[in-house]
Amino acid sequence: MSRQDTSDIVFRRILAVFPISILILVAGIFFQLVSSSQLSLHKFGIGFLFSRVWDPVAEQFGALPFIFGTCVTSLVALLLAVPIGVGAAIYLAEYAPPKVSKAISILVDLLAAIPSVIYGLWGIFVLVPCMRNNIQPFLGKYLGFLPFFQGPNYGVGFLAASIILAIIIVPFIISVSREVILAVPSVYKESAYALGTTRWEAIFDIVLSYGRVGILGAVILALGRAIGETMAVTMIIGNNVVISPSLFSPGYTLASVLANEFAEAATNMYLSALIEIGLVLFLVSIIVNILARVLIWSVTKGPGNVVK
Amino acid sequence: MSLKGSIKVKDLNFYYGDHQALKNVSMTVEPRQIVAMIGPSGCGKSTLIRVFNRMNDLITSSRVEGEVLVDGVNIYDKNTDVVSLRRKVGMVFQKSTPFPKSIYDNIAYGLRIVGIKDHRILDETVEKSLKRAALWDEVKDHLGKSAMSLSGGQQQRLCIARAIAVDPEIILMDEPCSALDPIATARIEELMGDLKDEYTIVIVTHNMQQAARVSDKTAFLMHGQIIEFTKTTDFFTKPSNKITEDYITGRFG
Amino acid sequence: MKALIHTSFERTRLRRAIWDRAMVYILSLCALGILCILFLIIFHLFIKGVTSLNWDFFTHLPKPVGEKGGGMANAIAGTFTLLGLAVCVGVPIGLGAGVYLSEYADLKFAQTVRFIADVMNGIPSIVYGIFAYIVCVLPMKGFSALSGGFALGIMMIPMISRTSEQFVRMVPGQLREAALALGVPKWRVTVDIVVPAALAGITTGIMVALARVAGETAPLLFTAFGNHYWQHSLTQPIAALPLQVFSYAISPFDDWHRQAWAGAIVLILMVLLINGWAQFYVMSRGRWSAGK
Repeated sequence: MSRQDTSDIVFRRILAVFPISILILVAGIFFQLVSSSQLSLHKFGIGFLFSRVWDPVAEQFGALPFIFGTCVTSLVALLLAVPIGVGAAIYLAEYAPPKVSKAISILVDLLAAIPSVIYGLWGIFVLVPCMRNNIQPFLGKYLGFLPFFQGPNYGVGFLAASIILAIIIVPFIISVSREVILAVPSVYKESAYALGTTRWEAIFDIVLSYGRVGILGAVILALGRAIGETMAVTMIIGNNVVISPSLFSPGYTLASVLANEFAEAATNMYLSALIEIGLVLFLVSIIVNILARVLIWSVTKGPGNVVK
Repeated sequence: MSLKGSIKVKDLNFYYGDHQALKNVSMTVEPRQIVAMIGPSGCGKSTLIRVFNRMNDLITSSRVEGEVLVDGVNIYDKNTDVVSLRRKVGMVFQKSTPFPKSIYDNIAYGLRIVGIKDHRILDETVEKSLKRAALWDEVKDHLGKSAMSLSGGQQQRLCIARAIAVDPEIILMDEPCSALDPIATARIEELMGDLKDEYTIVIVTHNMQQAARVSDKTAFLMHGQIIEFTKTTDFFTKPSNKITEDYITGRFG
Repeated sequence: MKALIHTSFERTRLRRAIWDRAMVYILSLCALGILCILFLIIFHLFIKGVTSLNWDFFTHLPKPVGEKGGGMANAIAGTFTLLGLAVCVGVPIGLGAGVYLSEYADLKFAQTVRFIADVMNGIPSIVYGIFAYIVCVLPMKGFSALSGGFALGIMMIPMISRTSEQFVRMVPGQLREAALALGVPKWRVTVDIVVPAALAGITTGIMVALARVAGETAPLLFTAFGNHYWQHSLTQPIAALPLQVFSYAISPFDDWHRQAWAGAIVLILMVLLINGWAQFYVMSRGRWSAGK
């Protein structure tokens, strides 16, 4: 009997190494990012986040243009993706016949499975020419009085990157929102109907307000995706260190500057500054994800029930 | 002027796909009466009550034959506007369904959707409805609090107040007390007696004592058919049907 | 008061009905728009890539600039090599963690690890690339297949851990109790009974994770790096399909663009096949039924 007990204890101890290694891994990533960006952390301090100079030759580094680019592209992407995504989710959950809904959901999952480099490829050869020849001239003509739609029209830039980001995050918003909407018990919708609401009023005022926390969680998770999305953005944002109000302007994001410059960073200081950008990206995505998880868990009552 | 709030059912058949849930149901509910519907579970009583405000429309495979007249108008007519029908025929469910809004906004919701924005009118209606539902004294000092924070019995009275606020003629209650404790149940039953002077009430209940206590007439359903529909006092003292007698004396169900 | 509600209702009735009707169209347009984008992407992939898809594409190395033809044979092989390396890193740790969390961990510890794993899933893939660069590329003094596989492998850990925990948990308790009642020690029950019973689900989880990392480019940029020739050692830079698509797409040559589209078709088919296989596997084996 005691031999069985020891063998059990040994097995348990060995197996425990694996979950602990997950914790160590995350801590290790953080530690490595911090220690490898020491040079830059020391030289620029907190000013790194607020300086708009990025000059590898003079070894002056500031991340503000990239933080700006990430914020602009992610927010514009959310602005585009959230209404369309939640709208499509409502359609799938409340209006579409079950078979249609199922078929569309499979196609949406397909959209989610497309690797981001393929979105980038499509962006370069389909979206960017379309932006240059159709969309941006149109916006410039009718909304050109706004500073967002002014300036030279290259096709590549913040707007193109935001649109591709919106396409990348929209399947995600749809599938989570659809789940959230379907999880609202139908008796709440019926109580709204019983007061004489139309279908849309019952859905918008009652079903969505029950699901709002879950949908908010989905939106924040999508924001996390948008912030970290690298390839598609790198391929069509134009890679230009700038802070400009114009969405037509080529720009840069935290992730795309890493993708573009990391492999060719020649000096230690340059590399260290890039790794510090990685650190910023790491911390931001951790915060965003914790926020989203806590929100979603508060709806689904605990971490066991969320699969992905 | 005759009173509003009558329901007349003529030869109603109701199907879920291939399953026939109601068979040849005919009954008349007079205005300002309380009618209780009892029967074993699955007998069709909930289906029948949901016919009265066409709540069954939400189930895609359902099908209706026959006529249901509310105030003399067939509600299954092609031209019926379900939205105005449901404004006239309110409903309270088994599970209380407070909306995730404040107590005040829950009551005011039904008015706001029809475009009433005047604060005086809203305030007045909220107060009147809550008083009518015997909830005013308990909540008047915190109308801004979330309706979810109320107790189960309070939530159910809130749902009644919310239904009253849009001024219906008929209130349907689908086992409104089955999730409540005896004290909360007693309050709701008392409330139904008060509401009778203004509204027609149809209540589905699995509790025969409750039917006997609150209702003017009682309908007994089994296998989708009305076995007996008569004055409550007669129903429980001298049932005319053998099955009814067996049921109320507890021989089955 | 009654009159007021009634008149307001009648006054707003038409407007509400129109709005209600309009929303049906607006919402279905949202869904339709997204489908259109999907079809557009597939359409362009097909017309732009299919002409360059031929036998050479799968069997030849890339040709230098200016020469027509050539293929991505090395990149396809490279992607499989990298996935194989990733499995070596991701599966033992992910599976071990999943089994421990389901069978041994107390609630608090399990919740903590699950939380961390979920958060880890949200870390941008390029950050894993940087990490692999720091801990593999710098010490080994060069880009390598190993570092690329390592980056993909650690990305798989949280996904595999979550799915295998879930499927191991689904194994009915009676199965464990029945084995324990025979006097078998718990660890043998876990290894011999519980894990095999959940094998179909675990495999599916692994394949879904594989499909997700198969298309990843960012973590390979400065680990696997890419290579225009066959690699001969795991300590050398290695080509990968997504990397090749990326570098061809941003090149200035038309011929390379066509190759990029063809590569994209192969890549997407690969991802879909692995995903589809996973779905099929789970359906054919049932949810937890023994994977004999």
